[in-house]
Amino acid sequence: MSAITDPMRRRWIAAAGALVGGHALAQVMPTAEDVPGIRALDEYRAGRPLKFGRLKLVVPRIADNGNAVSMRVVMENAPAGDAGVRSIRLFSETNPVPLMARFDFAVPPPRVEIESRIRLAGTQRVVAIAELGDGALEADVVSIIVTLAACLDGS
Amino acid sequence: MAFARIVVPPRVARGEAFEVRVSIRHPMETGFRVDDVGKSIPRNTLREVVVRYGDAIVLRASLGSGIAANPYLRFFVTARESGPLAVEWVDDAGEPGTVRADVNVA
Repeated sequence: MSAITDPMRRRWIAAAGALVGGHALAQVMPTAEDVPGIRALDEYRAGRPLKFGRLKLVVPRIADNGNAVSMRVVMENAPAGDAGVRSIRLFSETNPVPLMARFDFAVPPPRVEIESRIRLAGTQRVVAIAELGDGALEADVVSIIVTLAACLDGS
Repeated sequence: MAFARIVVPPRVARGEAFEVRVSIRHPMETGFRVDDVGKSIPRNTLREVVVRYGDAIVLRASLGSGIAANPYLRFFVTARESGPLAVEWVDDAGEPGTVRADVNVA
């Protein structure tokens, strides 16, 4: 019997592939349970649900130095006109000032894409939230390992 | 004296999105650090950076200690008319700054 043509073997490979694929999908698509408890974030949300999948927060998974971590927030195919993005906020789980940045658009931007560099006090999760014209919140959560934290604790 | 740079495309088409890149030289002192003799270094960050295109404000960025020193911003604006694109800010020490570029709409 040849193992190469064994149909069971193929089925196993397909199942393994599906598992790996499913895992990758789970990583790019966070849920509300991945959002850390940040008081400033909860106050801003005021009970409104967070939707995931449209907004993308792009940061390195490991940052050598928390003093400057490149950060990009993107939303592909964002709604135009009055339903468009009004503001984008960035929240940190462990920084002394949890609201790291807030971007307010007077008119929804033609392309929802903002890039900057953030400061991170240690390994943590970072949350980006975009508010749409109707008040709906689109969010993304990313975990970042910071090997050298920004010197924020005063020691 | 604040030093800043702004980059816009040399020519943009009306109605199209164009990219703006801004870099401002500023320490963004967090207020959480101490100097060599243990004295707290006062906070000095850019609080609000306002982007004006022509007469209208297009973007208001509220920054703070969570943004790295020498803040860099990249964002997109819709081309309407030829005119100035100005970025203005004031830091916690009360020092204002501005940088501007001319947008040429073809």
